[in-house]
Amino acid sequence: MQTAIKDKVKTDKPADVNQAADINQNVKNMKTVGTPFSDNAKMTMRNVDVFYGDKQAIHDVSLDIGKNEVVAMIGPSGCGKSTFLRCINRMNDTIESCRISGEFRLEGQDIYDPNQDVVPLRARVGIVFQKPNPFPKSIYDNVAYGPRVHGLASRRSDLDEIVEGSLRKAGLWEEVKDRLMSSGTGLSGGQQQRLCIARTIAVSPEVILMDEPCSALDPIATAKIEELIAELSQNYTIAIVTHSMQQAARVSNRTAYFHMGKLIEVNDTKRVFTNPEHELTEAYITGRFG
Amino acid sequence: MEKVKLDKHISQQFDSDLEALKSQVLKMGGVVEQQVIDSVKAIETADSELAEKVIRIEDDVNSRELALDESCMQVLACRQPAASDLRLVLTVTKMTRDLERMGDESQKIAKMAISLNESGSAPRGYEEVRHMGKQVQEMVNSVLDAFARLDANKALEVAQADKQVDREYKSAMREIVTYMMEDPRSITRSMNIIWALRSLERIGDHVCNIAEHIIFLVRGLDVRHSSLSEMERKLERK
Repeated sequence: MQTAIKDKVKTDKPADVNQAADINQNVKNMKTVGTPFSDNAKMTMRNVDVFYGDKQAIHDVSLDIGKNEVVAMIGPSGCGKSTFLRCINRMNDTIESCRISGEFRLEGQDIYDPNQDVVPLRARVGIVFQKPNPFPKSIYDNVAYGPRVHGLASRRSDLDEIVEGSLRKAGLWEEVKDRLMSSGTGLSGGQQQRLCIARTIAVSPEVILMDEPCSALDPIATAKIEELIAELSQNYTIAIVTHSMQQAARVSNRTAYFHMGKLIEVNDTKRVFTNPEHELTEAYITGRFG
Repeated sequence: MEKVKLDKHISQQFDSDLEALKSQVLKMGGVVEQQVIDSVKAIETADSELAEKVIRIEDDVNSRELALDESCMQVLACRQPAASDLRLVLTVTKMTRDLERMGDESQKIAKMAISLNESGSAPRGYEEVRHMGKQVQEMVNSVLDAFARLDANKALEVAQADKQVDREYKSAMREIVTYMMEDPRSITRSMNIIWALRSLERIGDHVCNIAEHIIFLVRGLDVRHSSLSEMERKLERK
């Protein structure tokens, strides 16, 4: 029985009670439904394939991330969403067996161009990971590290300004202003994560990638980060991978659903969580598999 | 990932919660449907006892409404449903409200039946009540059927049928007003018939609302405040 999946867009028929679908077979032929492209794109990805050795992790994914937009990427474990996110600032370069084809452009510029230096690229496209990973340095030095490396501040006072500004934007300043010289690792998990976000924005990136930034945090710290995402989206372009569907629903403008390395559906978040276009999206967000 | 069943949640408890919502609302619908049938019959057959029964059942309907709201709140709070599950819960809360109001209207019809019996029968108008009553009963039956089968097209048919009831109501009204002008002594009793017709017409409107909720549930389209032709267009487009 493959009837459920054959027709890529949902039909009006009520779910057949005994429908079982062999997703493996059909997913490969599916085309992305919805609105993967943006008129005001900051980043454009086209026909992206990613292999780890022989295994193909991403199949022909095309997606735009618009200026000042928050795009959430959701999908079951192993669906390729993190792999895709990491490709956006070439984090997968370090993985020997990883092979990437297709186009990644940041404002029209090919980021996989052989002449492209990854260091300035990663200053423009910052990333925040699942587990907070502050350097074993002071809070101040954590934030000042990037600006120093990239030579963004010539004087101490400039650096102070950047550190304060970044900590303020990350919503951490009030909590740490009296102990900037104490170790960053001594902060709570939520504070550490906000410190990492401050560190990311200290180099004035244009795009911020977040790979499950809240999965190690308690609800209050999560709420603070989400609040922060909303604020940051006024100045930055954000792509966030999350396992929390509610989080995707709360923070993003558009939601992209990945399944087995395919981009199945991209639509306005409002639509995805009330009336998704694709059956698989529906099944995933309603908790029918995952 | 092996073969996956898309029709079931991973959490069976969630499945059974939603199933319970559906069956509870269908049961409530069944009780209200019987109320509508009995109230019309009470007028037709001048059966005060049956009318009393309709009035008594209202308590049952009210408590079902409360229980359903409670269950919906529970599902929303504990499961954070999305997409079709969310639409189901929203639809159920709206449907219970409409069903409860339909129960209220049946109760009004039953009260009219009692008052008609007490004051001696009205000269005319029974035919209209019987006729409209039959149409409305069919609508109630079909709309519950459409909900049970998640059938948007059937829901659309029900909404179309409501227009017929509205036409029927207007023409019945004209006739009864004519009777009252011919024989002013019949005004009090004719008014009772008018109230009963009015209640039937309201029941039709509530059924129509439920039909719109069902289209929202099945297709995710909000067709409230649309004309019939707009509804048809929206349904076809998708």
